[in-house]
Amino acid sequence: MSGHKQLRIALRNCGVIDPENILEYIARGGYMALGKILDEMAPEDVIDELKKSGLRGRGGGGFPTGLKLEFARRNEGERKYIICNADEGDPGAFMDRSILEGDPQSILEAMAICGYAVGANEGYVYIRAEYPLAIERLTIAIRQAYEAGLIGDDIMGSGFSFDIKIKYGAGAFVCGEETALISSVEGNRGEPHFKPPFPAEKGLWGMPTTVNNVETLANIPSIFNMGAGRFAEIGTKTSKGTKVFALAGNVNKVGLVEVPMGTTLREIVYDIGDGIVGGKKFKAVQTGGPSGGCIPEQFLDIPIDYESLKEIGSMMGSGGMIIMDEDTCMVDIAKYYLEFTTDESCGKCTPCRIGNKRLYEILCKITKGEGTEEDLDSLKELGGIIKDTSLCGLGQTAPNPVLSTMKYFYDEYLSHVRDKKCPAGICSSLTRYEIIADKCIGCTMCAKACPTACISGKVREPHKIDQAKCIKCGACFKACKFDAILKS
Amino acid sequence: MCNNSLAEEKFKELDAFIDGLEEDEGNLIVILHKAQNLFGYLPREVQLHVSRKLKLSAAKVNGVVTFYSYFTEEPKGQHVISVCMGTACFVRGASDILSSLQEKLGIKCGETTKDGKFTIDSLRCVGACGLAPVVIADGRVHGRVEIDDLDKILVELESGVR
Ligand SMILES: Cc1cc2nc3c(=O)[nH]c(=O)nc-3n(C[C@H](O)[C@H](O)[C@H](O)COP(=O)(O)O)c2cc1C
Ligand code: SF4
Ligand code: SF4
Ligand code: SF4
Ligand code: FES
Repeated sequence: MSGHKQLRIALRNCGVIDPENILEYIARGGYMALGKILDEMAPEDVIDELKKSGLRGRGGGGFPTGLKLEFARRNEGERKYIICNADEGDPGAFMDRSILEGDPQSILEAMAICGYAVGANEGYVYIRAEYPLAIERLTIAIRQAYEAGLIGDDIMGSGFSFDIKIKYGAGAFVCGEETALISSVEGNRGEPHFKPPFPAEKGLWGMPTTVNNVETLANIPSIFNMGAGRFAEIGTKTSKGTKVFALAGNVNKVGLVEVPMGTTLREIVYDIGDGIVGGKKFKAVQTGGPSGGCIPEQFLDIPIDYESLKEIGSMMGSGGMIIMDEDTCMVDIAKYYLEFTTDESCGKCTPCRIGNKRLYEILCKITKGEGTEEDLDSLKELGGIIKDTSLCGLGQTAPNPVLSTMKYFYDEYLSHVRDKKCPAGICSSLTRYEIIADKCIGCTMCAKACPTACISGKVREPHKIDQAKCIKCGACFKACKFDAILKS
Repeated sequence: MCNNSLAEEKFKELDAFIDGLEEDEGNLIVILHKAQNLFGYLPREVQLHVSRKLKLSAAKVNGVVTFYSYFTEEPKGQHVISVCMGTACFVRGASDILSSLQEKLGIKCGETTKDGKFTIDSLRCVGACGLAPVVIADGRVHGRVEIDDLDKILVELESGVR
């Protein structure tokens, strides 16, 4: 990926050091921040420094990290905990995985710094079981850090002790939500519960707990090494530092990018991502995963930060960024995300369990060509109710992909319900294949490809599709080398 | 359950694993991971064994097993083919790959063929989005998969050639 316009803070060591050798991390300034903090700084100073840096949570919510630590510091508890959220549930995002695989020590150092700041002596990394390599590297990193005396008892002779253990997820998206995550660390079903109490008051085993995302943590040692002031110079007024995005979809160069907050989508898609595959037309970019929305072309030039993305109906999310070209059907995309959220809903509260299922059913109806204009109104109304009444972030944000696509691509929804057409040609029930007699040379390729044998015609004579038997699989369309099949 | 003495060995290994863990009420999930690794799935007797050993109610253990999609109460086929249905793969045609695979094997996603040979399942992003669409066959990642590649992947699995 081109280095142009990128700035690596969270990813500073990824691909540069051997992640299985703690000495390489130390050689690049690793554990300097922790050493300095334990040696010279009071916990309150650590919190002040983080507040001054303007660092906000990279796991989706964007809550100021310094403030979060301050709450946990203030709350009394027999024990306190730091949890690293490495559940990375957004399907199509892999920032956290790359950091854990490429620079696991930075996470351990940051957790120890947070532990010192709030007065916690125990930390857990909650990592999804689907990431075996990250788990392996993290395990090695923890062992090496213990051996070097950089975590464990009496770190660097400071009198401060901090232990780190790993806990495994087991394939539940909702466990990325912090209260559900805590319940899962305790060995229970990962069901969210109502906040307050916040984890900073009553978290793991009822004790004050801070949950931080992997990328948030990866920034922390750098903030102390470069100085909070310098960190705060990067980015926009409300959002400081950089953000890592996992660029994927119909873009030429896919992969991780780390850019200063305030970079425009156009710079990411065209300068860094090198534009759309096959020279096709850009249609939308999806950010925020199942909680986010689709952003149309008209907003390509806004500087992105937490606030600007929210204003246009999407959100920063954890950093998944999916580029979609003109051949993507927005109703189909909304349906895809709703299928995901209904599948992952824990079922504890009704608006999310039943409401999102209804949204999904309506979207299915529309993509099958059975939708009506009233259905579009129901989507909007129901979506609003679900957002207002769901218990946790999953339900509260689940309607976003529908609402944002309806806002910017309403015509496309209308085509589906009014004209019974899918402009992108994705919804198969609404697609029709026809052979143009003038162009067909009768090569028989389409007939051979058709799984239902519904194409007839003699060799070297125009062929014909029996529409009653056609299942709209598109095999003939792909097989024809003479552009003789019209898809509409 | 397979061969009895074999199962006994596995139960012994599971018990040793549990005894080796530090005392922590939150251990149930990691124990279930271990059990599934050993047995391939979590049938009733394994769940009951874990509940007795940990002195937890069987309902609690089953509640956890059924909550997490990683745990399965059904045995899987000899070969498992997983289609990534993460967003990056989805926008690059993963659903066509999945339907074609379902059609070829005559089973739905999550099911196993009658002869116990193949299981199809879907995954959500394995972090190889750059290679989308991605299919994982017995742990091996295939990137930029096209429908025409599926037959080859199936044959490779069956013959054990890699
Ligand atoms: C449904 C749902 C899923 C979430 N998934 C994740 C996740 O995978 N990783 C993550 O760091 N935060 C996730 N979050 C946000 C966490 O609840 C929490 O805000 C975050 O871990 C706090 O860390 P941060 O302040 O460093 O961002 C999720 C929230 C919700 C509602
Ligand atoms: S909003 Fe959905 S995921 Fe969250 S608690 Fe309610 S049912 Fe569970
Ligand atoms: S779309 Fe499929 S079923 Fe229909 S004519 Fe073409 S190949 Fe046959
Ligand atoms: S493949 Fe194209 S040219 Fe050949 S018979 Fe079919 S429609 Fe005609
Ligand atoms: S979406 Fe398939 S590998 Fe990421």
